[in-house]
Amino acid sequence: MLMAILSLTVLGSLLGLGLGIAARKFKVEGDPLVAEIEALMPGSNCGQCGFAGCPRLAAAIASGSAPVTACPPGGKALALALARKLGISIDLAAVADQGPRIATVAEDICIGCCRCTKVCPTDAILGAAKQIHNVIREACTGCGNCIDRCPTEAMALQPLPVTLQHWIWPKPLDGAALAPARG
Amino acid sequence: MGFIERIFRSAAPAWGVHPDDRKRPAADVPLRSLPLPERLFMPLQQHVGGAARPVVLVGQRVWKGQMLAEAQGNISAPVHAPTSGHIVAIGEITAPHPSGLAQLAITLASDGADEWGERHPVADPFSLAPDEIARITAAAGVVGLGGATFPAAVKFNLGRRLKVGTLIVNGGECEPYLSADDCIMRQRAAEVVDGLRIVMHAIGAREALVGIEQNKPEAIAAMHIAAAPFGNVHIRPVPTRYPMGSDKQLIQALTGKEVPADARAAEVGVLVHNVSTCAAVHRALRLGEPLVERIVTVNGGAVSAPGNIFAPLGARVADLLAFTGLKVEPSRLILGGPMMGMLLPHARVPIVKGASGVLAFDADEAAVHEAGPCIRCGLCTQSCPMGLLPLEMARHIRAEDLDGATGFGLSDCIACGCCAYVCPSHIPLVQYFSHAKGELSARERARLRNEAARRLVEQRSARLQREAREKAANAARRKAERDAAKARAAAAVEAAAKVSEPIP
Repeated sequence: MLMAILSLTVLGSLLGLGLGIAARKFKVEGDPLVAEIEALMPGSNCGQCGFAGCPRLAAAIASGSAPVTACPPGGKALALALARKLGISIDLAAVADQGPRIATVAEDICIGCCRCTKVCPTDAILGAAKQIHNVIREACTGCGNCIDRCPTEAMALQPLPVTLQHWIWPKPLDGAALAPARG
Repeated sequence: MGFIERIFRSAAPAWGVHPDDRKRPAADVPLRSLPLPERLFMPLQQHVGGAARPVVLVGQRVWKGQMLAEAQGNISAPVHAPTSGHIVAIGEITAPHPSGLAQLAITLASDGADEWGERHPVADPFSLAPDEIARITAAAGVVGLGGATFPAAVKFNLGRRLKVGTLIVNGGECEPYLSADDCIMRQRAAEVVDGLRIVMHAIGAREALVGIEQNKPEAIAAMHIAAAPFGNVHIRPVPTRYPMGSDKQLIQALTGKEVPADARAAEVGVLVHNVSTCAAVHRALRLGEPLVERIVTVNGGAVSAPGNIFAPLGARVADLLAFTGLKVEPSRLILGGPMMGMLLPHARVPIVKGASGVLAFDADEAAVHEAGPCIRCGLCTQSCPMGLLPLEMARHIRAEDLDGATGFGLSDCIACGCCAYVCPSHIPLVQYFSHAKGELSARERARLRNEAARRLVEQRSARLQREAREKAANAARRKAERDAAKARAAAAVEAAAKVSEPIP
């Protein structure tokens, strides 16, 4: 009897000690999901989602208070990646993806003030003082930060022109004719 | 001949379709040459890979065969002048593409002389190193002429690296209406055989198998005669079955090997080149002529005198149709074959390297049936040469579930069109698959773009931090200097005061 009590007590205290040490030693700082979501995002902290930067939106998505479709520069691709990560299903048809857009400079009214170059999160605007600025298409995320900064309204967001390499076949219009999806 | 080959030769394959081929009478008409058009339009991208970069200026005089644009990057091909004349423009023209979008092209005004520039023929290509053959082929702008337009020299190097033992020469030409490869095998069999032997030398292959569909007896006979002196070149008639001209299907029919999904043919020890590509390699080496002309089949119900035309690249589809004459206004224009060709927006687009045919359909041929509901009959699954389930893939794509479609093997679809051909409900299955593949690659591009943007942001914040650090360091250094200068000044004043102090 005494032997049983003793051994169980020793066992219990040993296991408890082990768990306690493990809880201290392997303590997780913050929510790992937030970091994983943030890693998928563009990371330009442009603020188009209404949150103060990508980490805040990532936290909001992880806690469920923001939809996975909240990031406009990420578009459909990001929404899909996030939905897969979180294991939720989304209706992509409802995602308002107006296609990729990039900033352009109206060269006749640009005064070369360099204000836009300072706010661009990806260094996509090229220019020096009193020289006409220009946008590097490949680097622009279409965040729109430069639009508000421009004193002459020379910056504007334009849809990215469709080229032969980027053109895709339209979906057939008579899609309703196929049998309804089951399972 | 191996046991497996015997089986495949005796029985028609279980996949594919057998459409009415409609190759004759066009295939039996002797080859004609297109009179030189006044203007030729050479798009800078006529191949898979990077677009070529122009190396000529507007107004410059060029010879036939002179390079107009150089290759850019590892997978690319140069573009050469199809005739002698002047460059009149470098700008956008309508591309021979269903989208009707613009493409950069060099416009050449012909001077009518058709005068060749300098050519460097090689007397004995077999004495050259394989590397040298690949280099000459690349410089001649030779790309896969069966329609894939992959730069030929890149494939040579791949074949040599992976130690390919067998060269398969594709004379399948399974698309209905087309007979350009048939024509080249009938009339230039010696060129084809010489070209394929050069290719064998370039990739280090031991033997060559020439697969020709049984509906081309004249081509088979001509190739037998041309290949007779060479023991390692075998002419192998294959069953007439669409899409026999697709590389994976031809490899399976000739060798019994199946190319795994997401693998290249070279990984199972074979390399496939088209018969016309081999003839182009022959011309590049033996005659020193770059790829500037090709045989184009002009066929279809709207054409008065269908047949094969030897045309310079850059000639417009309208020039070819004017030469052959039209019975009626075409209801549909297609570049390539009816199953996999490209719908053309109009006839004012140029013939490019990969254009094996121009089809002008009359109203009967162009009739489109209205699509009905899928009755799940399964005919598409029986016809699919890749063994996929087209009905399931289309169902998922319709519901925007592209991952579901990928799970059913969307990436293995070769867009041959067999499923849409047999579909009793006339569902445009291939359009679903093309749309889905385009959408998937757009998503992939967006993902890469996001990654690149994140890298840029990180680099920017690192730069801003470095700048702030340097600014602070500079400020500290200047302050230290100022303090030191002040201290020195104070010391000097003190010393001066000491010196000027009157000696008591």
